[in-house]
Amino acid sequence: MFNLFKKKTEEAVKRTRETWFGKITRLFERSSIEKETWEELEELLIAADTGVDTATTLTQRVKERVSREKISDAQQARTALMQEMALILKVNGNAPAVTASPRVVLVVGVNGSGKTTSIAKLGYSFKRDGNKVMLAAADTFRAAAIDQLKWWGERIEAEVIAHQQGADPGAVVFDALQAAKNRGVQVVIVDTAGRLHTKFNLMEELKKIRRVIQRIDPSGPHETLLVLDATTGQNGLNQAKHFTEAVGVSGIILTKLDSTAKGGIVLAICDQLKIPVRFIGTGEKLDDLAPFDPQTFVEAIMS
Amino acid sequence: MFELLSEKIGQVFKKLSGKGGLTEKDVDEAMRQVRLALLEADVNLKVVKEFTAKVRERVLTGQVLQSLTPTQQVVKIVHEELTAILGGGQSTLTPAGHPPSVLMLVGLQGSGKTTTAAKLGLHLRRSGQRPLLVAADTRRPAAIEQLVVLGRQLDLPVYAEDQKASPVKICSHALDRARELAATWVVVDTQGRLHIDEALMKEVVDVKKVLQPSEVLLVVDAMTGQEAVRVAEEFNTNVGLTGLIMTKMDGDARGGAALSVRTVTGVPIKFIGTGEKVDALEAFYPDRMSSRILGMGDMLTLIEKVEKTVDEKWAKDMEKKLRTATFDLEDFLDQLRQVKKMGSLTHLMEMVPGLSALSRRLPEGMDEQRMKKVEAIILSMTRDERRHPEIIDGSRRRRIARGSGTTPQDVNQLLNQFRQVQKMMKQLDPSKAKRLLANLK
Repeated sequence: MFNLFKKKTEEAVKRTRETWFGKITRLFERSSIEKETWEELEELLIAADTGVDTATTLTQRVKERVSREKISDAQQARTALMQEMALILKVNGNAPAVTASPRVVLVVGVNGSGKTTSIAKLGYSFKRDGNKVMLAAADTFRAAAIDQLKWWGERIEAEVIAHQQGADPGAVVFDALQAAKNRGVQVVIVDTAGRLHTKFNLMEELKKIRRVIQRIDPSGPHETLLVLDATTGQNGLNQAKHFTEAVGVSGIILTKLDSTAKGGIVLAICDQLKIPVRFIGTGEKLDDLAPFDPQTFVEAIMS
Repeated sequence: MFELLSEKIGQVFKKLSGKGGLTEKDVDEAMRQVRLALLEADVNLKVVKEFTAKVRERVLTGQVLQSLTPTQQVVKIVHEELTAILGGGQSTLTPAGHPPSVLMLVGLQGSGKTTTAAKLGLHLRRSGQRPLLVAADTRRPAAIEQLVVLGRQLDLPVYAEDQKASPVKICSHALDRARELAATWVVVDTQGRLHIDEALMKEVVDVKKVLQPSEVLLVVDAMTGQEAVRVAEEFNTNVGLTGLIMTKMDGDARGGAALSVRTVTGVPIKFIGTGEKVDALEAFYPDRMSSRILGMGDMLTLIEKVEKTVDEKWAKDMEKKLRTATFDLEDFLDQLRQVKKMGSLTHLMEMVPGLSALSRRLPEGMDEQRMKKVEAIILSMTRDERRHPEIIDGSRRRRIARGSGTTPQDVNQLLNQFRQVQKMMKQLDPSKAKRLLANLK
């Protein structure tokens, strides 16, 4: 199973040669390390969306290791860089041990990040593990969002609890959790409307959804996943910060990794906010979702 | 971010004031700050380098260092160069030789094409055109449904077929329909795609062949990082772009992608999306944008907004009331509603010089909530109470609070505020008040 995920991760990022991380790898194909190498490394990291702070930190750490461990070989320097990157990404990100049933997964994110598709994939993977899955259509704002979720629900054979467009999302969630309890559902995944993290009212609405979940099960939501588009720039940091303040994000789903963007912003998020990446979206098919493994991820993007 | 920029440059120069003239080294330090600020705003690395080199050259060769206000001079140069990068003048939609003109929207998944299609439809109708929306995104589940629903809400015609139909066929049928309806513009929503997908890119090209559009607009999410440039380049080489639309500009994204994409592709930014509401689409003005970016405010847009919403007769009446000091709670309510028509206060504040930084610290919706409360309180008063607030006693106060769902304290607070405004008005010199209102207009 793990090899399959590894393969998926590798496939998703196979166009790395053209990416900034690919350029970093080529930077170390030279025989020796010059002073300019560090400047170039820093710039390439910035160009890969890691942000100035994290790029500087990372470059500094590798530079120190190279001088401390007396590394002269560029390939070894590259290995050191990869180890440091994996270290940053290794935020305690294991799947929480949940005994409660149903397990409630709240999925949040800005508009267009790929929430609904990620929910379908997530539901499919829970289903494959033998769980009875239910989807709650709490995105009652966007036109046809409910239809989109129902379409996926049919495909993964999961019941979708929905009201009409414009309904109170809290009420949808309440109904879904009640129904899940009555029907012995093990996993409920809640789809929420995409919202920019700067919208006060919408963030309040999200808090309310969370309160509704907690009223029915005080231990929930058992996971709150932020869906983040891999093409996102430095704004991703703000997204992670604000969503965490509002509803306590427990992990990230990094989507659209099959574009040439490699989600360098997650390095900044892991480095500065210590929020783990839990899953990566690797394509458009239902099984294109892999658990995130820092080592595999770094090896794939730097291959 | 860019208000930070002028702040940062200011700090650099401040350290050096008192030292006399500035050196090349000081300029380099300032440019380093500019460079970092732009990178943190997701401006493309290559674009940043070219930009700072250009600004540096202008600063060093000009009379900037000898100037008494070097910081302002540098910010001015940055502003000018920024405007140049953002595209100089404003650009509008180009219609075809004979109607219907076709506008095709392309872009990555989730950039906001479908919403933008509806917004454009509304914008075109408001400027006297007859638009037809076409749902040619057969890939994303329920994308067609989404456009149909939006069209119904806005009362705009939408051409859609079954999801199994081919986009090329849909588009060619849509053109027939446009002629039947005598539509002047056809706005086509295409499939969102990752630009690396060659098969899909080919399909956009095929659709373009059928449509022969006079406008091909790339929809770019303002939150996109360094990748934005590659996306734009790929679409420009494969499909050929005539313009850009930046979406989700109402968030706190710094929109550095706008700068980069414009520079790399050379095609102009035509519109920006500033909210989820269907009328949240604004024409793009490079000079105003770079002012906004630099924290210099965007007074021009604000003035236009005021002109559009405040009617002249109302302003004249208000002036008279001010002169005779008969301003009562009914007028207060009136005034409140005029302000509300212009949009959210935070949005307005962003356009005022010096206030843009402050507006970010205001949680959005707070101001609107308070305005709603005040409105509810005044609406719960009798006509007599509105005209003579002094008659409101404890019992009336309790009734008003109950009626408006607030507390007697809230009512008190409003009355106190109103008394203060009234007092201020009475003290105002009538000629000054007149000037005040003239300024407001």
